[in-house]
This record gives sequence, structure tokens and C-alpha cells, in this order.
Amino acid sequence: MLNELARHHGIFATLWVVWFFILFSGILVWTLLPSRKGELEARGGIPFRKDG
Amino acid sequence: MATTAPLHAPLGATNTDIQYVEAPIRAFAIATMFWGVVGFLAGIVIASQLAWPLLNLDLEWTTFGRLRPVHTSAVIFAFGGNALLCTSLFIVQRTCRARLFGGEEMGWFLFWGYNFFIVTAALGYVFGITQGKEYAEPEWFVDLWLTLVWVMYLVAFGGTILKREEPHIYVANWFFLAFIITVAMLHIGNNIALPVGGTGRSFGAASGVQDAMIQWWYGHNAVGFFLTAGFLGMMYYFIPKQAGRPVYSYRLSIIHFWAIIFLYIWAGPHHLHYTALPDWAQTLGMVFSIMLWMPSWGGMINGLMTLSGAWDKLRTDPALRFSVAAVGFYGMATFEGPVMSIRAVNALSHYTDWTIGHVHSGALGWNGFIIFGSLYWLFPVLWKKKALYSQKLVSWHFWLATLGIVLYITAMWVSGIMQGLMWRATDQLGFLQYSFIETVAAMHPYYVIRMLGGVLYLSGALIMVWNLYKTVTMVESEEPQALPSGAVVAAAE
Repeated sequence: MLNELARHHGIFATLWVVWFFILFSGILVWTLLPSRKGELEARGGIPFRKDG
Repeated sequence: MATTAPLHAPLGATNTDIQYVEAPIRAFAIATMFWGVVGFLAGIVIASQLAWPLLNLDLEWTTFGRLRPVHTSAVIFAFGGNALLCTSLFIVQRTCRARLFGGEEMGWFLFWGYNFFIVTAALGYVFGITQGKEYAEPEWFVDLWLTLVWVMYLVAFGGTILKREEPHIYVANWFFLAFIITVAMLHIGNNIALPVGGTGRSFGAASGVQDAMIQWWYGHNAVGFFLTAGFLGMMYYFIPKQAGRPVYSYRLSIIHFWAIIFLYIWAGPHHLHYTALPDWAQTLGMVFSIMLWMPSWGGMINGLMTLSGAWDKLRTDPALRFSVAAVGFYGMATFEGPVMSIRAVNALSHYTDWTIGHVHSGALGWNGFIIFGSLYWLFPVLWKKKALYSQKLVSWHFWLATLGIVLYITAMWVSGIMQGLMWRATDQLGFLQYSFIETVAAMHPYYVIRMLGGVLYLSGALIMVWNLYKTVTMVESEEPQALPSGAVVAAAE
């Protein structure tokens, strides 16, 4: 089992990079969608709410 | 980009009956001031030892080798650490609208537990009980105590977030949480050691280049997560509060956060250029360090642009000037860092005073100034005062400290680049042109300038201590000279 995993180390390492790339791209899209702008920017007001 | 949301009105469900934990936070604020003065003074002492070696006093307890970690730990872990605990516990309660998980008792445990760690570590340095790892000098028994305190810190911070009344977790808390979790991982990972019975000593689990790689994985991420992520948490709360307006772009703050988290952890190998570390690992560290430039400057721009439309406050609020200058130093240090991580540049800069200058532009300029700005805002709020005792003294502090930093870092740039060039200079036959002691003698005037820079920085800090002491002890009938904008609003709330 371990030998099998070790034999595929190269492909796992590559997939890990691809996975991180997709994950980060997803965060970018999720954050920068124009439709989300109002909701996200309103959160900047949290320190100014009562007791903030 | 900044929203026009009303700044001082409740937007969501509010609970005005929350009794925030404040007494331990006040203690952390005082400890921050105290350890700051101790750390700056220790820096002046060891800078003087470099210029005048007789000051080592021929005693093992007072040699540069033992006092240097006292200085670095006093500044990073005592001054910076107390400031991080102080501000994170203050911010998490207010932005979550929830009392600290564990209450006053938890706050006091964290205060005494963390400061006991500081004192124990410092005693170890002076008496020579260390494991010889830079920025991770304490021996295993001190490490275990810190682990316990840190886990409790995570429980307190995470518990407060879990019981929050505010649906969204404000971005400052993301940075603080990343700081707490990553420092726990780094601390445990770099301190796995086998104690040697009865001596207080230990052997590290790793050896050779693996040990070096783990040490600088820890070391650089201590910079990335202790001195950067945590302090960005301060930036994202205190600059908006001082400027009286929300962060320039909340969306940029989210991207800033995730880019820092994805990239920072890989940058450590740049501390090991031209060593036994494999070339691919050195290149990896260099490439990730260069990539870090963009998110760092994204964060800097976000901090600076928060003042968009309120730049005039820089003239009237010297405390805000501290916070904004801090962000400027952050931008400068995070540009210089990637440049120095390039192998060809590192070949000149490594092991020279250039590195020391770089570290101090970050520590004195970014970390020190953002702490000063935060303390000037926090003290009137925590002690329920209308304003600071004196704005003029804040201004004196600002200019003395700025002049001190300028003297320090310019001296170290000149000294470091000269040192590197002298080390590599060869004559026409290929022999080294200078002996080592000639390079040391050439640096003497710069060591003196660096020490004078430190004296100015400490002088400014002592003015701050007096100003904050008077702020706390002045009777309310005394009229303050001027009102700090952010603090007045918060105190009134």
C-alpha cells in the first residue's frame, strides 16, 4: 500500500498544486463576484456597530 | 470602494448588556508598555556592546550572546506578544459582540501564564539554559508551559467566536485566528526534543539540514504569522476606528488574507540560500517570497486607502499618524524582503547588517508603530477617559521614533552593504582583500549611529509611558489638550 502511494508521489504532488490553484481561484471568484460586492463591503462596518 | 454604511449606528441585532472582559486586557496593555521599554533598553545595551566590547563586562551573564535573545524575545514575544493578546481579546469581543469565553478568569490566566513564560524564558537566556535555536531559545519545560497557555488562548479566542452574536466573523479575527493556530503548529513542530534527565537540557528530534529547514520554516513563519498576520488583525480594526471609516475594500481584505495564508508558509528556505539545503528547496523559498510581495502590498494599499477622504486627520491626530506610518513601513519591509530573498542579492546581504536593518524596519516601523497607534487609541477607551493626556507628547514620540528608525536602518544599510562588499573583495591574484577584523573596525561608526537611533526610539517610548500614565491617572476635570478622533467616539459609546 505504502509502496503504491510512494510510486504515485509525483502525480499526487502535481494534483495537490492543481487543487490549491483551483481552491484559491474559487476564493477569488467567490469574493469578486459583482453581485456579492454590497454584502461583503457592508461587513467592513462591523467595528462601527453598537459596542463594536 | 469604501461603503457609506452609517458608522456609529447599530446595523444588526445588538445586545448592549454585554459585560466585556476588560481588566486583564488593561493588564496586557500595561505589560506591553513595560516590555517595550525593557526590550528597547536591552537593544541599546547590546548595540553598545557591539560598538564598545568592554561593556560585555567579562561576565557570562552579560555577554552579547546571552543578552541578544533577551532583546529579541523582549521585543517580539513580550512587547509584541502582550500587544497581540491585548488587542485580539479586545477586538474579538467587540466585533463578535460576545463576552470572552472563560470570562475574567480566562483573561487573567492568559495574562499571568504568558508573562510567566516571558520571565522564565529570559532567565534561561541569562543563565545559559537554552536550546540554541534562534527565536526559539527556551528549553523544553518552558516550551511545554507555553503550549498549555497557547492552547488556552485558542480556546478563549475560538470560544468567543463560536458564541458570537454577530453573524459574520470580521476580517481582523480571521488574521488573529490564523496567527494563533499557525504559531501553535510552528511552536510544537520546531520544539520536538528529547529532554536529558535532570539537566534541563534536551536534544532536538531533527538534525543537520533537516533541523535547519524546520528551524527556518518556524523562524520565517514566526515573522509571517506572529509579526505579520496578528498585526494585520490590529491594522484592520484600529485604522478604521482611528480614521472613523470602514476599511477601504473588505473584498480586498479577504483576498489579502487568503493569499498570505496560501503563500507565507513556503517562504522559509530563503534563510538557507547557499547551504546544504537542496537547490530546489532554496528556489521554492525564493519564488514564494517574491510572490508574497503582491498580497503584502495589497494589504498595505487597503490600510492606507482607508484614509481616503480623511487624510487631513493625519495632521490633527498623531496617533493615527503612527498607524499609517506603520503601514508604510510594512510596505517598505515587504518589498525589501522579497528583494533580499533573491539568491543573487542574498549572496551579498546574508550574514551582514543589511539583514538586521531589514528586520528592524519591520519591527520598529511596522510592529512598533502599529502597537503605539493601537495603545494611544486603547488607553482612553479601556480606562474610560475622554481623551489622551497630551497630543503634543504623541507628536514628540512620533518624530523621535521616526528619526530613530531612519538613523538605525540607514546605518545598517550602509554598514551591511559595505560589510558584504568587503567580505567578497579580492585582489588581482584572487586573495581576499580584507581580513575579518578590518570589516569589524570599518563598521564601528555605524554601530554607534545604530545605538543612537535606539536611544531616540527608547526616548519616544518613555514619553509614551508618561503620557499614558497621565492619561490613566488624570482626574476628569483636567481638560485634555486635544481630542483623538477615534478614541472619543468609542469612549462615548
